[in-house]
Order: sequence, then C-alpha cells, then structure tokens
Amino acid sequence: MTTNGILQLVLYLSVLLLLAWPLGLYMASIYGKQQPSGLRWVLPVERSIYRLCGIREDEEMSWTRYAAALLVFNLAGLLAVYWLQRFQAGLPFNPQGMANVTPDLSFNTAVSFASNTNWQAYGGETTLSYLTQMLGLTVQNFLSAATGMAVLAALMRAFTRKEASGIGNFWVDLVRSTLYVLLPLSLVLSLLLVSQGVVQTFAPSQNVSLLQPVHYEQPATAPDGQPLKDAQGQPVLEKQTAREQTVALGPAASQVAIKQLGTNGGGFFNVNSAHPLENPTPLSNFLELLAILLIPAALCITFGRLVGDVRQGGAILAAMTIVFVALLALCVWSEQSGNPLFERLGVATQASDHSPGGNMEGKESRFGIVNSALWATATTAASNGSVNAMHDSFTPLGGLVPMWMIQLGEVIFGGVGSGLYGMIVFALVGVFVSGLMIGRTPEYLGKKVEAFEMKMAAMVILTPCVAVLLGTAVAVVSEAGRAGIANPGIHGFSEILYAFSSAGNNNGSAFGGLTVNTPFYNILLGIAMLLARYWVIVPVLAIAGSLASKKSIPPSAGTLPTHTPLFVILLIGTVIVVGALTFLPALALGPIVEHVQMINGQ
Amino acid sequence: MFKELKPALSMLILMTILTGILYPALVTGLAHLLFPEESAGSLLRVNGQVVGSTLIGQPFSDPRYFWGRPSATAPMPYNAAASGGSNLGPMNPALKEAVEARISTLKASDPAQKQPIPVELVTASGSGLDPHLSPAAVLWQAPRVARVRGLSEQAVRELIERHTSGRTFGLLGEPRVNILTLNLALDQHRLQLSRL
Repeated sequence: MTTNGILQLVLYLSVLLLLAWPLGLYMASIYGKQQPSGLRWVLPVERSIYRLCGIREDEEMSWTRYAAALLVFNLAGLLAVYWLQRFQAGLPFNPQGMANVTPDLSFNTAVSFASNTNWQAYGGETTLSYLTQMLGLTVQNFLSAATGMAVLAALMRAFTRKEASGIGNFWVDLVRSTLYVLLPLSLVLSLLLVSQGVVQTFAPSQNVSLLQPVHYEQPATAPDGQPLKDAQGQPVLEKQTAREQTVALGPAASQVAIKQLGTNGGGFFNVNSAHPLENPTPLSNFLELLAILLIPAALCITFGRLVGDVRQGGAILAAMTIVFVALLALCVWSEQSGNPLFERLGVATQASDHSPGGNMEGKESRFGIVNSALWATATTAASNGSVNAMHDSFTPLGGLVPMWMIQLGEVIFGGVGSGLYGMIVFALVGVFVSGLMIGRTPEYLGKKVEAFEMKMAAMVILTPCVAVLLGTAVAVVSEAGRAGIANPGIHGFSEILYAFSSAGNNNGSAFGGLTVNTPFYNILLGIAMLLARYWVIVPVLAIAGSLASKKSIPPSAGTLPTHTPLFVILLIGTVIVVGALTFLPALALGPIVEHVQMINGQ
Repeated sequence: MFKELKPALSMLILMTILTGILYPALVTGLAHLLFPEESAGSLLRVNGQVVGSTLIGQPFSDPRYFWGRPSATAPMPYNAAASGGSNLGPMNPALKEAVEARISTLKASDPAQKQPIPVELVTASGSGLDPHLSPAAVLWQAPRVARVRGLSEQAVRELIERHTSGRTFGLLGEPRVNILTLNLALDQHRLQLSRL
C-alpha cells in the first residue's frame, strides 16, 4: 500500500469518527424529544403533520401496535412505488418517454426501495422517468431510512424504560428522523455535491456533437424488430457511425445525497456512483463516502447517550471499526496487488504518483485503487450498496471482502438504524453466551436476557442467512437461475452468491454481470429482500417490547461489564463466528477457489 | 391494523410532497442559483455550440488524438445514455482477449514506444464514461500524438502538464488528465499555429 493510500484511509476514518460524535449527541436529543435550538421553526411543521394525519404525538404504542403501524406504512409506500412504475408512461415529468415498467421489475424495485435495499434490477437512465425517480425512489430513500431509525429508537428507548408497556410512537420517531436528521443533512450534502459537478436539473438529455465520429457495429434488425440472422444463425452486424453523444441528465444530486445518508444506494444512473455525473471528483467521492457511514457510526454515540453511558456506544463503535479496518486492508491490498494476468501480458501495474496501477478493470481513473476499495468496503459494511467501481471485476479476494461484509449481517456500521439494532442483537447473544460460560443470568444494560429475547435474536440472525443460502441453492440448481450468469467458471457462482447475499441482507450492491432483470430473479430476490427486512424488524420490536416491560436491575459483582475491551472482543467474536460458520463453505466454493486458480495462473 | 391505515396513508402523502416534491425542487432551485454550470451537467461550449460535458468522456481512436480509457458501454463506446462497465471477472477469457486486443492496437499505433503500457489504457472504466486518464497513460501516448501532429514532444508535454489535475488538497483521489479538454486544446493549438 502506498503512503498516500494509507494517509487517505486514515484521514477518512478520522473525519468520520470526529463527525460521528456531535451528530450522535444531536440525534440523542432528537429521540429524547428535545428541540434543537437552531430548528425551533420546524416545530409548527412537525405539529401540523401530526394534526393532519390524526396522530396524538404523546400516545405510547405497544410493540405490536408499533410493528403494525410500521408494516402498514411500508406496504403503502411499496404499493405507491409499484403503481408509479406501472403507469409512468402516461404521467408527467417523463421527458425521455420511458415506457411502463413490467410487473416483475416493478415489484422488485418497489420491494427494493421500501426495504432500504435499493437493489438495481432496473437501469436508472434507461428505465425510469424523472417522476418515478422523485416521487417513488427519492421518497422511499427517506422513508425506508427513517423506518430503520424508528425501530432503533424504539429499541434504545426500551433499555431506559422500567416495567413499561409502550416503546414510543412510530409516527413521531419516523417524522423526527426525517425532519431533523435526514432532510437537513441531505439538503447540505446535495448542494455540496452540485458544487463538485453532480447534475441537478429537470432538463432532458443533452445531445452533443462528438469531436471525433465513432464507428461501431451493432446487431441489425428486420423491419418487424426481430434481430437478423445469417445462414449460420449468427446475428448480422451492421456498421454504424455516431456523430453525436446523448448525455443523460436529471435531478441526481438531491437523490444521491439521501441515497448515501440513508444507506440506500440505488443509483440515479445505471453505474451508480461510478458515473461522473453522480460522483465527479475525489472530493465528491470523499463526501459521499463520509455520508455512507456517518449516521450509522453516529447512532452508536446516540445509543450510548440514551442509555446513560456513552462508553456503551463507544464499545460497539470500536468493535465495528476494528472489523472494518481489517477487511478494508485486505481489500486494498488485493486490488493493489492486481491481476497477475496483466503482468504476464507486460502491462505496467506499479502504483506511482502518475498511475494508480493494480487492478483497474471496472474502476475510474479519478478514484484509482484506494478509493475504489475503500468504497467497496464501506458500502457493504453499511447496507448502502452504491458502488463507485464494478465489484464483478474485482480480484477474487477483493470481491470476497464486500461479499463477506454483507454476509456478516450488515452490522459493521450497517444500515441507518438497522445496523445498530442488528449489532445490539449480537450483543445480547454475546452476553448470553458469556452468561452461560460463567453460570449467571445474563444481563445487558440492566435488563435480564432470557429465553424470549434469545428466540427472537436467533430469528433476527438466522433469517438473512437462510434467505442467502437457500436462495443461492435454488438459483444454482435451476435453469432460469444459471441463465443469468455472465462470467464462466467459479466466478459465475460468486455472482449468484453475491446477489442473494446482497438481497438477503438488504445491501443492494451487485456483481453486476449477472442478468437479474428476469421474472425469476426479480421475484426470488424480491422475496429475499422482504424476509431480510421485515422478519428482522418484527422480532427486534418484540425484543424492545419485552425489554421495556422488564425491571431494571443495578449492576452487581456478577455483571459482565459491556463497555470494556473484553466485551469488544466478545462482540467481534460473536459476529465473526456466526458469519464464518455460516458462509465459509459457500465462500470456499467461490472467491477462495478462484483466488487459488488466479495465483496459479490457470 | 386498520386503525393505522388513515395515519399511514396521510403520512405517505405528506411525506411524498415534502421529500419527493419540495425537497428536490428546493435543491434544484438553489443549485441553479449557486452553481448554474455544474447543475446543468458541466457542459462545454465552443463558439456557442455544445461540444460535450467536461465530466463525460468521448471515444477517440484517431492517432491525432489522445485516447481515453476503454469503454464497455453498448452499442457504442462512451454511450452517455446508457452507462456500464464490462463486469468481466478477473479469470474470464474474454477479459484476456480484450486486454490483448487493446495492447496490440496500442503497440501498432506507436511501434517506437517501448515503455510498458500503463494498466489504465488496457482496462475498461467502471462507468464507460470516464473522462480522465492517469498522467502516465497520457504521457505514454505523447510521442505518437506529437509525431502525427508534427509538434515537438516538448510542446505536447507542456500541454499535458497544463491539463493535469493533482490530487485534491495534495491528498485525495488520483492525479488525472481530462482527455476531452486536452484534445480540444490540441485542435485549438493547431488553429493558433495556422493563424501565425
């Protein structure tokens, strides 16, 4: 790794952790029902939203009612995105005349955005109208993120309550997350991004004349639209010359800002944040990278503050950071070491101040190796899933890092809200396991951890694993599943494993070669996304309800302290053991074998 | 469940207005006011005609021009209406073929150039629209462009120097050269010479 590379990574982590602190304390005040002094003028807006919706803001909800409100609201959002796509051709703000989207793709995209996955089976600039992007996708970017934050708020609150029946009000948590956290941050970030060149306009695509006309071949079609075949059955190619280039534009910056802050990740354009109009400079890249991990990191501080001991949140943040740095180092090293093929062909792959070197296939010149590997690690640590380089073209170990990061359950920072509530569930498992080892009743933050919590925790941890492994197995044995594979050999298996890991943990990134816009993948991956989101949220809320109803017991000599380095190690161990036991066999069949083949030059 | 239906629907409508209409509209308005060029796509005009976007690369294969990153967009390279990478895996034989073909094209373009080819010149970019190339990969092509255009290599190197951006704050990202603006400058350079 180059000195400059190390400096860039250190700078990134330092700024991230420095910003997480004040934002975490700020969010603690938001969920603690305090009004931030600069935003008092928002209060009337907030109150009128409650009034218009018939919501009593001081009304407490039981965990079942909280879950019901959340599910109804998410279902309504899902249906809205579905029907917007089905009718977009006849609706306004469609300057490129995009056609109505097919039912299976509409279902997949609607699930994908409602569940905070933002898996892209669609190609932004080639499928969706501006209206669908704004009223459908941008709205769900906010609301799915706010939903995750609301669930976390309820769980954090549960630790502070004693023998209470309620865990807060879903509508209030949703509205306050949106109004006080997501909207202001998105507004600032989107303008910063525009200053770097991220496009934000309602104008249609722009035709520009090329400096040098380009000659290319494309399959010829008969007048009836069918591809022409010659006598041997090969497609007939016809020579074409293009003198113009059509540059797709659109209101991208406003969506890019929330897609990063809300760990959504669905791109405005097909190639997501590798597109120069979504991510034009190293500075825009740095800001977007910060936005990916900022809220998940800050929520750890919020958690500590709300449970009355910031060190508790600090321990969780430390565990996340340690795993992150270890996997980041592996990814950067592997991509910088590059593909031995290039060296065999005599290509210069050494990194210097004039060339990024390494494995540059699928990577952008302005980001080079370091920023592409950093992004891949961060976007999969968080359940973000935006990409600034093509993961499918990463080296085997470089591609293993994002894949395993997802498979760990999206708890290394993770999605906004969802990452930390997942990690708290791992913490419950951690104290339970250590409680068994020393023969005492396990407790976490003054709450006894008992059979009910463990059953729910098992569901939270195992549901995504089942979705990933079963989904992969079904796809690998079925004709329709294998038909989507782009790369031959072992890599094709990795593509499928990655797709189900991504959908089954609500990440959204992909080994993009896999053709997923087919009814088979749209429906199967859609189901995986639904399971991973809601079969996790409901048990987490059940844990919150159960914890809130318990007494709070003061720590005694037999209590395992949960803010110490020992606990950090215990927590990391729990996450890694579950992730390794579940997925190492599958990874061994994919990226690990491929790595061995690559270094042996096969 | 049904008790939550009314708040759910009214909340969805209000939030759609707030985050789906007011928020993008406000960002668009402010963006046009504060950053008129950038928000419109950083379009590049020569004599009033739009000749490109400084952020979107264009395909070059003429030896008079510097060539950018290989592009995997379909059906033509640098199709800015449908971005895309090659998505070729590291062991895919198609990747080997593509890289070998690019190497032989590059070598044929300048047989006298014996330096190894920088990796960015033979690997497709992520977006297929990458407007930049590393300084090493641009300098590799300098002798060819100088020879075809009848310029001194020194003059071409100076032009490259002027179009090179370093790392942001000396730290972030990679040093890079914008190929489209460099090629536009080459053409203007020729115009200036012919006027002398």
